[in-house]
Amino acid sequence: MIRIDNVSVSLSGTSILEDINLELPRGGITALIGPNGAGKSTLLSAIARLLPLTAGSITLDTLEVAHAPSSELARRMAIMPQDNVVAGRLRVKELVQFGRFPHHRGRAGPEDHNAVREALQLFDLESIEERFIDTLSGGQRQRARAAMCYSQGTDYLLLDEPLNNLDIFYARELMRTLRRVADHAGRTIIIVLHDLNHASAHADRIVAMREGKIVADGPTQSVITPNILKSVFGYEIDVKTIAGKPISLHFL
Amino acid sequence: MLLVQLRFWLYFSAVHSAMRNVNLILLASLALVSIVLFLSVNLRGNLQFVLELRVVKLVALVQVAVAVAISTIVFQTITTNRILTPSIMGMDALFVLIQTVLVFFLGGLGFAALNSTYKSLAEVILMSALACGLFLPILRHTTAMTLMLLGGIVLGVLFRSLSSLISRLIDPNDFAVVQSVSYADFNTIESNFLPPFLILTLVALLVCWKLRHVLDVFLLGRETAIGLGVNWELYAVGLLALIGALVAASTALVGPVTFLGLLVVALAERIVGTQRHSQMFIGACLVSITLLVGGQTLLSHVFYNAVPLGILIEFVGGIAFLYLLFSRMRA
Repeated sequence: MIRIDNVSVSLSGTSILEDINLELPRGGITALIGPNGAGKSTLLSAIARLLPLTAGSITLDTLEVAHAPSSELARRMAIMPQDNVVAGRLRVKELVQFGRFPHHRGRAGPEDHNAVREALQLFDLESIEERFIDTLSGGQRQRARAAMCYSQGTDYLLLDEPLNNLDIFYARELMRTLRRVADHAGRTIIIVLHDLNHASAHADRIVAMREGKIVADGPTQSVITPNILKSVFGYEIDVKTIAGKPISLHFL
Repeated sequence: MLLVQLRFWLYFSAVHSAMRNVNLILLASLALVSIVLFLSVNLRGNLQFVLELRVVKLVALVQVAVAVAISTIVFQTITTNRILTPSIMGMDALFVLIQTVLVFFLGGLGFAALNSTYKSLAEVILMSALACGLFLPILRHTTAMTLMLLGGIVLGVLFRSLSSLISRLIDPNDFAVVQSVSYADFNTIESNFLPPFLILTLVALLVCWKLRHVLDVFLLGRETAIGLGVNWELYAVGLLALIGALVAASTALVGPVTFLGLLVVALAERIVGTQRHSQMFIGACLVSITLLVGGQTLLSHVFYNAVPLGILIEFVGGIAFLYLLFSRMRA
């Protein structure tokens, strides 16, 4: 479980997160949604210790994120940051292998090779595993980065807008892969999503944010409602139930 | 004892596995040939005396070569770019400024009378502290190339103008002392500074070799490195301090050479064909040794010192810098 207690974050004087209290239970997929500038990515980065907290504390199971050794945390949670450019010439396989670094600190063993192989298979990368990252399409790169995150083998996976640059086929494919990872491998996935309907279709829980505050937090069905969406995005969004999922007609 | 042996064997096997790259073996032979030629060509007169002189010079050149190569690689890794080097960011201008300030306060004689061990120790500490103090804030805010480049150029100009301001205030004799430390000179090496800096460079080399895997992770950028459990801030401070010390170690012996590091690392990267630090450290050190030792041999025995090595390296290195800058702009 991830516990967020009275967390505030300000960056160069501007308050981004204000007094956030939140509990993210173990298991399943939790989606963070909200308009641009709501603080979703900042919250995710704060959980992943990429940003210092101005106030409050975040605990991951029993570890306090601000004080626990970084190498210990890296064996419990993996973060895929928002689209960062990978410097240098690396092959897909090499990038995924880096996910095992927290476990071997340099000298990969057989279990590391197996984990890399499994990640390459799961994210459908085996046919391009020898390609250089800088020759990939945006979507292939996102999949490679997600595979690296998965190969870290942690209980918690934090992904910041992994659907960026993915076409509808691979966006759905990635969400379904994450679903399998959550269901069969028992991992806890926290994901920042822009597309409401991907959240509706694949997430178990939704945390809706606006202007650095949590507006709603609960099971998908109870958060994706016209009332809550209006208070999050500021306009009327019709919600229809299609195939058992609350689909928002936000483009109308 | 057994543990030490085991350790040594592990290091050796890691070096050995990195050497499987054929190009590295070629580079090693080139470096070896340069060293043999440097020691043997035109050997005349009192053999013991001449050889002793040459060996000291050789050790100094190799030490400078190694210090420049590893400080450049580490700097480029923590800033995640392949164009900026400590010298381009004005670090050796900073070293020259420190020397000039010393001359200003102590006078030329006082400067020359300083104990070389204490002086070098103080320089290393000061350079490490200043490297952290000046570059950590920049690094924490941005690793954007353009801003770093701008920051580096501004700092470099600042240090150089301060140096020239101070050298205008001192008397001509002291100015001559300042001048001898402000220009690259591979012929007259300040060999009394050799022992402390040699030890420093050896220690730095071992530390960097031990950290080669962590440095590989650093190349993925700050956020990913933290996500993989690397204490980024701690390592960045330590490595910047190390870079400061290495810049002191190379600049003290031969003076500032702005583009040597850039040239060496760019060449090495193309030759070894990977950015893995295990191979890059070996490759860049070998290229650097070949360039300095081989270049010095060639220039002094074939061209009779028609062109100083420092100027030649700046010329070729400057062109390489422009080439890298332009090819990156197009990409």
